[in-house]
Amino acid sequence: MKYIINVVVLFILFTSCSGDMGNKNQESTTSSEVEDVETNVISDLSIYNLPSKWTTQNNQEIELNSLQGDVLVMVMIYTSCKAACPRLVADMRNIDVQIPEKNKKNVKFILVSIDPKTDTPERLKAFSIENKMEEDQWLFLRGDEESTREFAAVLAVNYKRISPLDFTHSNIISVFNQKGELEHQQEGLGVDNKETVETILALTSK
Amino acid sequence: MALVFRIIYSFLLLISTTVIGVSQSDNMVYIKGGAYVPLYGNDSSRVVVNDFLLDIYPVTRAEYLNFVKNNPEWTKSAVKRIFADGNYLISWKDDYTLNQKISGSAPITNVSWFAAKNYCKAQGKRLPTIDEWEFAAMADETRIDARPDSLYNQYILSWYETPKAFNKEIGSTFKNIWGVYDLHGLVWEWTQDFNSVLLSGESRKDVDADRNLFCGSGSIGATDLMNYAAFMRYAFRGSIKANYSVKNLGFRCANKAQK
Repeated sequence: MKYIINVVVLFILFTSCSGDMGNKNQESTTSSEVEDVETNVISDLSIYNLPSKWTTQNNQEIELNSLQGDVLVMVMIYTSCKAACPRLVADMRNIDVQIPEKNKKNVKFILVSIDPKTDTPERLKAFSIENKMEEDQWLFLRGDEESTREFAAVLAVNYKRISPLDFTHSNIISVFNQKGELEHQQEGLGVDNKETVETILALTSK
Repeated sequence: MALVFRIIYSFLLLISTTVIGVSQSDNMVYIKGGAYVPLYGNDSSRVVVNDFLLDIYPVTRAEYLNFVKNNPEWTKSAVKRIFADGNYLISWKDDYTLNQKISGSAPITNVSWFAAKNYCKAQGKRLPTIDEWEFAAMADETRIDARPDSLYNQYILSWYETPKAFNKEIGSTFKNIWGVYDLHGLVWEWTQDFNSVLLSGESRKDVDADRNLFCGSGSIGATDLMNYAAFMRYAFRGSIKANYSVKNLGFRCANKAQK
């Protein structure tokens, strides 16, 4: 036990102190073992197992699983954020421009708010206009505190409110396949998004 | 003959403890909130914890079995991998059979955050927040905040080094001033917002919030250098994911305080 704890602590010390946090790429290998023939069968690892309801920037109520069939590129942000989020948003746009129009039909770029209290649909809408993210592929989602915490848990995004208007949070962009299974995650700001783009292209070229 | 009676007696005893274990599901105590300085803060970062109710004991294996019987989607064969990894209830013989070598009154472990969360929800409760848990857990038998006492920290740390403490029955450690048992000594416990501890990949500006705790000179800023035990808990929380099922990680539930 002592040994295990020491290893855990050492690991944490190592990873949390290893200089520039912005250069970490993490790849996950969660492709399903069995290819389901029917497209409406979701696997154990699919985010569509989550029952959560969300509201969009257009004030529409949607169920998460209504997104099934599209490739999802997801990030968690909050609109009053001044530091990292503009860069995360820039990273998302940067990925967006590298996807050809014919692939983009089946891709959704999703920004999930970690601050549902502040980020009303109106506010999300304004944010989308400000950041020129008004085309169909951009989707902003707002849930309640509980579903947001749960969703973050699935994405392995950690966040904490540190003042009424500020959060500290992980910078992770996740790519989900058409069945809602995690295919790839890039972690950090301004990192090389080559693998993320390749993953999206591969998924939408099938 | 006496031996037979003894066997019957001990059997009855075993049954009754199991039954008590189940009936304890509503057994909570009132925790009077207050302001406290968490591990990561300084005096200006006092956190206010509102009054709340907390389970007296960690959830037991027998109680969890009962939950699984009523909620078959949480059996180990039916559970979705996104909600619980392959170690979920790993020691159970099958979906509805506990490992008989360990008492049903020992705390349930090898359960994921999703499982713990849903268990509490099924009881009309919720998981405690990190701040609620830490607030209740800084108490010893006589004091609300025993953290300045090096013996108290020594006690907790000696548990961290004790092998297989998670097989002991609930109630086998001390009762704190609130009437809560086993916050230290048996298992580590899930909290509602365990994923608010940030160790890596933070936004640049806010990167100091937790990282300084764990890095060189920054960690001297931690309020309570003596509280190495709490440091370990935060580090652990920051290193786990919501579908992890760990053999020394259990939970208990909390609830809103009734007025």
